[in-house]
Amino acid sequence: MATQTTIIEEFANREYAAGFVTEVEQDSLPPGLDEGVIRAISERKGEPEWMLESRLKAYRHWLTMTEPRWPNVRYPEIDYQAISYYAAPRRKALASLDEVDPEILRTYERLGIPLTEQKALAGVAVDAVFDSVSVATTFKEKLAELGIIFCSFSEATREHPELVQRYLGSVVPHTDNFFAALNSAVFSDGSFVWVPKGVRCPMELSTYFRINAANTGQFERTLIIAEEGAYVSYLEGCTAPMRDNNQLHAAVVELVALEGAQIKYSTVQNWYPGDRETGAGGIFNFVTKRGLCAGRGAKISWTQVETGSAITWKYPSVILKGDDSVGEFYSVALTAGHQQADTGTKMIHLGRNTRSTIVSKGISAGHGQNTYRGLVKVGKRADGARNYSQCDSMLIGSSCGAHTFPYIEIANSTAQMEHEASTSKIGEDQIFYCNQRGISTEDAVSMIVNGFCREVFRELPMEFAVEAQRLLGVSLEGSVG
Amino acid sequence: MSLLELKNLHVAVEGKEILHGIDLSVGAGEVHAIMGPNGSGKSTLAQALAGREGYEVTAGEVHYRGRNLLELDAEERAREGLFLAFQYPVEIPGVSNTYFLRAALNAIRTHRGEPELDAMDFLTLVRERMQLVRLDEALLKRPVNDGFSGGEKKRNEIFQMAVLEPTLAVLDETDSGLDIDALKIVADGVNSLRGPDRAFLVITHYQRLLNHIVPDFVHVLKDGRIVRSGDRELALHLEEQGYEWLEAEPAAAAAALP
Repeated sequence: MATQTTIIEEFANREYAAGFVTEVEQDSLPPGLDEGVIRAISERKGEPEWMLESRLKAYRHWLTMTEPRWPNVRYPEIDYQAISYYAAPRRKALASLDEVDPEILRTYERLGIPLTEQKALAGVAVDAVFDSVSVATTFKEKLAELGIIFCSFSEATREHPELVQRYLGSVVPHTDNFFAALNSAVFSDGSFVWVPKGVRCPMELSTYFRINAANTGQFERTLIIAEEGAYVSYLEGCTAPMRDNNQLHAAVVELVALEGAQIKYSTVQNWYPGDRETGAGGIFNFVTKRGLCAGRGAKISWTQVETGSAITWKYPSVILKGDDSVGEFYSVALTAGHQQADTGTKMIHLGRNTRSTIVSKGISAGHGQNTYRGLVKVGKRADGARNYSQCDSMLIGSSCGAHTFPYIEIANSTAQMEHEASTSKIGEDQIFYCNQRGISTEDAVSMIVNGFCREVFRELPMEFAVEAQRLLGVSLEGSVG
Repeated sequence: MSLLELKNLHVAVEGKEILHGIDLSVGAGEVHAIMGPNGSGKSTLAQALAGREGYEVTAGEVHYRGRNLLELDAEERAREGLFLAFQYPVEIPGVSNTYFLRAALNAIRTHRGEPELDAMDFLTLVRERMQLVRLDEALLKRPVNDGFSGGEKKRNEIFQMAVLEPTLAVLDETDSGLDIDALKIVADGVNSLRGPDRAFLVITHYQRLLNHIVPDFVHVLKDGRIVRSGDRELALHLEEQGYEWLEAEPAAAAAALP
């Protein structure tokens, strides 16, 4: 009979099911970064002059910046000249899904994301981003009937330049931080959503990001705008092949909710976490996500389930500018093997009677290091602001770590803040209790972890809640002998 | 052949021997009470039988349904029909009572080669068995033992037993912390589950539980040994005289017995 301790310590070996490589002919830029590369990206995408200018401005600013060293993560120096900033499957300007490379369709099928509309999940429209380009977007016509724009970012730049120009960088300016500046210079593709006034988007919109090419960074850009009274629920999923080298993923996501609008943004992130034993390889997930509740009564809700990546560094945030606006952040971050995460949120209360809720669940197994870092800031004008924060950490085994850094800055005496934090270990007594009822240790751990995350999972759209639970189960698989 | 057979069982915890050679034979359909003062090793016996890690069998044998029980993992013992009603039921936040119990029942059914119960059939079974311990249906949706009162936790244990239908049920101080009404409810639940194929090992400090669950045999455990075995009368004498009586005057004690 294996002892409970070894059982739990073996909690680190699992198969990464999405780790395969797709053989497609690539059009990619050689590694390296200079103004010539940025011009080449812009040219390949057929961008207008203003976009190129905006990229160059960001690049020049980036050159003056230094990589942040304050996160509670450790990784080798990134050589920004060794990365290729553009890779795309050869073949472009697709008129319909039928023209997508069957090899790519098969890739998504294998990942459980059928792109043919007949087979697609009912009620979910998908934009599939393969390395640097969007390869397919489903249900576009159906959404267009309601006036909703859902397309790749490149297409939006061509077809809806006025919207892109108005909102791009309005929430995350290129000067915001090192990785946001880099992204603003070299971003390749991503999704664009615009929901007109008073329209409730009838289906889940979803983007599926896949990094395929080797030595390539993925720098996607997503922009979602909900006009007055509009509603949209958006979900992103991510995977990458298993490779021995680290790959950089530095995305920027901007959300704008006008008066009475509501945006629900969910992430199920399963980038390759690196080798479980040695920690070699894996994705560096350095992402800037921020939403602006621009008008009265707007609501932005972030839900994230982070199970992948070698390193996760992201703080999906909400600026609560409109009076009575609401920001929410629900997060599950799992670090197993040698994974590291420094993640959390920022809730910036500017308007009156603004409310925010933070629920963060960190799970550490193996040699994983999990950090919650969050800021709640209440400005002078924000009378009656309220925040509730709850940060729970769970430790599995004895070689992992959990850390919590909550920052609170209050400039208005009417603010009400609540902060709760807990750290627990999966109890040997809990596992024995399950065992004694006939439940195997592996199922018991999965059950206990899922129970721990329940408050977050119930915020996910139904189909994805099931996916998230499965993913968590897979991530913990093999951790139990 | 008996359902459970202990031969010279020695159990150590953290290197310290607690049980110094227990012999016990429990036949199908029988109810055995194990009584004894605090620290006599009653709970150690229960945990060792259930296969808890850290309870090391240093000598002796345990046979259960003709198999060597000591070779089985805790979950295998449970699937073979050995149920332990915990003295301190464990809380599992976020996992609903129903979900937990269904996972348990289906693990056991799968082990027996029976099909898993679907949600509807399971709910029907659960509703019926809840009646036995008069458990509020609202508790089904609540997380396992989370925020339950002491009495609710103990009733929940008996309710789980009623659903899982074990062959051998070990009740570890199920009466502790119960008021008389709750004690009666729990005892009624246990009594309704008595049958020719099911045996009970009722571990208790007090005889009052045995007024409601009438045992066929009573064993007194003291300092890790069974020092006395008898029928129900033994329990009644213990109540009158206390455990000191056994120690002070073993001869008189023997004489006092019928």
